[in-house]
Amino acid sequence: MATETLTQADQIEIVTKRRLSDKIFRGILIFGGTTSFFVLLAIFLYLVQRSMPVLREFGLGFATNSVWYSGDGYPASQGSADPANFGLFPMAYGTLLVALIAMVIAVPISVMLALGISYYMPKRLSGAVTFVVDLAASIPSVLFGLWGLFILVPHARYWAQLLNRYLDWIPIFDVSFPSFDQSPFVAGLVLALMITPIVTSISREIFSQTPLELIQGAYALGATRAAMIRNIVLPFGRGGVVGGAMLGLGRAMGETVAVFFVLQLFYDQTNWFRILESQGGNVASLIVARYGEATEFELAGLFGAGLILFILTLAANFIASAIITRTTTKKKVKK
Amino acid sequence: MSAVVAIEKPWRKQSPQRVLSAIAPVLTPIVAASILVKTTGLDGRLGFVFSWAVVSLITLIIWPIVTRKPASRGDLFMQTSVIFAGGIFLGAITWLLQSVLVPGFRAFRFSLLVHDAATVGVDTPLNQGGLLHAILGSLVIVGVATLISVPFGILAALYITEVRGKLVPYTRFFIQAMSGVPSIVAGLFIYAALIVSKVLPFTGFTGSLALAILMLPTVARTAEEVIRLVPDELRYAALALGGTQMRTVLQVVLPSARNGLITATILGIARVAGETAPLLLTAFGSNTTNLNPFSGTMATLPWYIFTQMTLGTENDVARAWVAAMVLMFIVALFFVLARTLGKSKSARR
Repeated sequence: MATETLTQADQIEIVTKRRLSDKIFRGILIFGGTTSFFVLLAIFLYLVQRSMPVLREFGLGFATNSVWYSGDGYPASQGSADPANFGLFPMAYGTLLVALIAMVIAVPISVMLALGISYYMPKRLSGAVTFVVDLAASIPSVLFGLWGLFILVPHARYWAQLLNRYLDWIPIFDVSFPSFDQSPFVAGLVLALMITPIVTSISREIFSQTPLELIQGAYALGATRAAMIRNIVLPFGRGGVVGGAMLGLGRAMGETVAVFFVLQLFYDQTNWFRILESQGGNVASLIVARYGEATEFELAGLFGAGLILFILTLAANFIASAIITRTTTKKKVKK
Repeated sequence: MSAVVAIEKPWRKQSPQRVLSAIAPVLTPIVAASILVKTTGLDGRLGFVFSWAVVSLITLIIWPIVTRKPASRGDLFMQTSVIFAGGIFLGAITWLLQSVLVPGFRAFRFSLLVHDAATVGVDTPLNQGGLLHAILGSLVIVGVATLISVPFGILAALYITEVRGKLVPYTRFFIQAMSGVPSIVAGLFIYAALIVSKVLPFTGFTGSLALAILMLPTVARTAEEVIRLVPDELRYAALALGGTQMRTVLQVVLPSARNGLITATILGIARVAGETAPLLLTAFGSNTTNLNPFSGTMATLPWYIFTQMTLGTENDVARAWVAAMVLMFIVALFFVLARTLGKSKSARR
């Protein structure tokens, strides 16, 4: 894995014969180096432990059922007259759907923008655009929520109505009830704007690592810029772009407040593909929406929801970093 | 003399005519859309944007076919798409910033910065109370989070750059994975581990812990990059002078990476300053100024924006816009600071 990216000299620790102070110091550093692992482990264990009551009650049904009903706060197994029942499926699926919409909008724009910064824009302009992209990456997500709720929603309603009027023969643009606010489409738009800077800056970094010899060679053979990009830059950077997109996906799935304000949650129904319908699901928003008045048993359900979100984003990130590492390693070998 | 063959040199500066032919497909749809808006039923600015989008998509495909020979069609197509992508992104970001800053600026009063919300109820006029408590709370919570996460982040970076042991790839991998932890999960974890277990009540400190989790990977990764830039020769020299590894690191490596480490810290601060979700679950919020992170709940700017938004009355939303503007300024300030400091040592990737 990542070791291969280091050269031989990098791997040798620079140290004299070990003295006691060195050993202590090494111990402290090793402790620091493993913090991240222990924090991740602790997050996982605590969420599992806290969500145990719900996981034991519903088993796998917690991930596959479509219901979120707190009842009188006790499960059926404790002799409740009005039993609580939790199933996360519409939320988990909704999280993926919204993130997917965001990806479909954001990734093409990001890739074109990254190509533009690397190969098309004059130096000054590309510097300025890079600055704006990085600044945009640090805009707090609550501002996206504020903007989405008060500014974007009326506009998005108009676009959604247009899409629906002229393209409703495509199933995804069909609606069963003509209310277009708080749909996965709007949430997807907000998230798309949020992850575009992230995907752009990762793609740009990968593109900038394309070996110059290959680029010059392509130009020397008479390629136009487009041909050079299609035949050199894109094949070289494909893995990096996919990895960057996966990182964006992880970010989009874990986002809370930006989605919370612009998405209508439906706990007992899965919105499979009607992206303009004001009905969706989102695990993170569910947690924010419910935790305030949650009973103890429902709280366990929310911890379970957090656990599932944690696993989903962790999986996206693992895949992303595996892909990025592989691409970077390949590059070193080529050199 | 025979006819001079014009050779295309893609690396040369483009002639104005070619630049024009890349910009023209962006401009024509604007004209066409204006005509469409005037002649058909599509109304107002939104109708304009919509017809512009449709017409420009068509032009994007047809224009290169009409104006170029097959070999360079792809090139024009790419150029136009790049202009489109840049335009859409920059336009949207400008729209967002403008729509945050303008109402924020309009509702801004200096008195908002020096009062807290102790006397503010729902829909109180803007000349009473303010958001001082939120600004101070944010500063305290983020400050404590920085104190927790920076030492750990630098230790993790030092493990990678100095010990260079067998665990390095895994350490990197887990730091990468940690940077993907959703902010709400970090908050939920602290909530589960400390607050529900009654170890600690809702305090500013629990908020700081949640933010520290989110901050650590940013600090660790940036710190690793800047410490890596310290040349090995310095380490050899320090050891040759009889220094132990600890003294080498503390007196040679870290001081020479100082600017970069400050940049790493500031980037970490910028990363968490706007986090809302974890604070909802941990620091909770408050209407009065509370500067003690170890007792009592604490307000923060993102939390303040969130609650004012949910109240939804005119004056409350105006307060949310002001808070958003202040938050944006703070984050932008830190970002620019990190940029200027980082430039000298090229700390950022």
